[in-house]
Amino acid sequence: MTEEMKHAYWQGIRDAAPFVFVVAPFSLLFGVVATEAGLSVFEALSFSVVVIAGAAQFTALQLLLDNASVFVALASALAVNLRMAMYSASLTPHLGRAPMWQRMLIAYFLVDQSYACSIVAFERNRDWSVSEKVAYFFGVVTPICPMWYAMTLVGALVGSAIPPEYGLDFAVPITFIALIAPMLRTAAHRAAALSAVALALGFAWLPFNLGLIVAALGGMIVGGQVELVLRRRGLWVDP
Amino acid sequence: MIDRTELWIIIFGLGLGSFALRFVFLGLAGERPMPEWLLRHLRYTAVAVLPAIVTPLVIWPGATGGQVDPARLAAAVVTLGVGYVTKNVLLSIGLGAATLVGGLLLG
Repeated sequence: MTEEMKHAYWQGIRDAAPFVFVVAPFSLLFGVVATEAGLSVFEALSFSVVVIAGAAQFTALQLLLDNASVFVALASALAVNLRMAMYSASLTPHLGRAPMWQRMLIAYFLVDQSYACSIVAFERNRDWSVSEKVAYFFGVVTPICPMWYAMTLVGALVGSAIPPEYGLDFAVPITFIALIAPMLRTAAHRAAALSAVALALGFAWLPFNLGLIVAALGGMIVGGQVELVLRRRGLWVDP
Repeated sequence: MIDRTELWIIIFGLGLGSFALRFVFLGLAGERPMPEWLLRHLRYTAVAVLPAIVTPLVIWPGATGGQVDPARLAAAVVTLGVGYVTKNVLLSIGLGAATLVGGLLLG
């Protein structure tokens, strides 16, 4: 590594440090909820290592518990992860010329935190070379992703010790609501969420949890259309 | 009880699918931008999918056999309110969980 790359790598580690306090409890909770749902420690850890995406993992787990079909569980969890494609598109101008093996590793480690830190840093340091940008990205990943695995393991190990009367069945809904609330920044986001809520209740009678798919698609369309209307009227402010 | 085969299909299916979503642009190194209408809808996936999953769980919780439960409803409202006002995820999880435990102890 050159001096410049080392510098970028360490800056990545420093920028990521505060996010460790967000990732650790979330991952711990996944480990706990997964073992409560009947997963073994090995299964819970495999989930976090193979998928490495919190909200999607919770989604898939909850739908498995609800006896949704494999198709609905996979489609919903992947829908939750669709934003990763946006991250991928947005980082491509910066990292698209890195060697293929590095791009594959970057893709695997592309999570909310590594994207958020990187895009801010890359916009701020436009003089960085591709290898400095790659070094920065892996700097961000260094404290966050191992923490993700480790805390799932800890959660899975302590999870079986927590008795059911503490209402752990409701840990996933509370976590999801806490993730959604700060996202409701614009009228379009609020409209998307509200229509998804209404459609989810209205179509709850559909078999195989298909009401979820209807509600999700409906909410996305409403959000997109509200944004379009606001843009045409000149009322849209980028969140 | 979760079916083992289904669980592993989900783990590997979700792992492969998520990797594909993360790799699609980086890997193809296409500098071609995505169509605007697609990006505009993708922006709302999370705020549409997550409420759609949560709403039935809040209104008809499995733990009470699908009966509306005041403790769980109150916890959901507190979490949403705190999260919306403070934008602090961990604080809203904490206060929501406290409301739930408090409500369950009272009830």
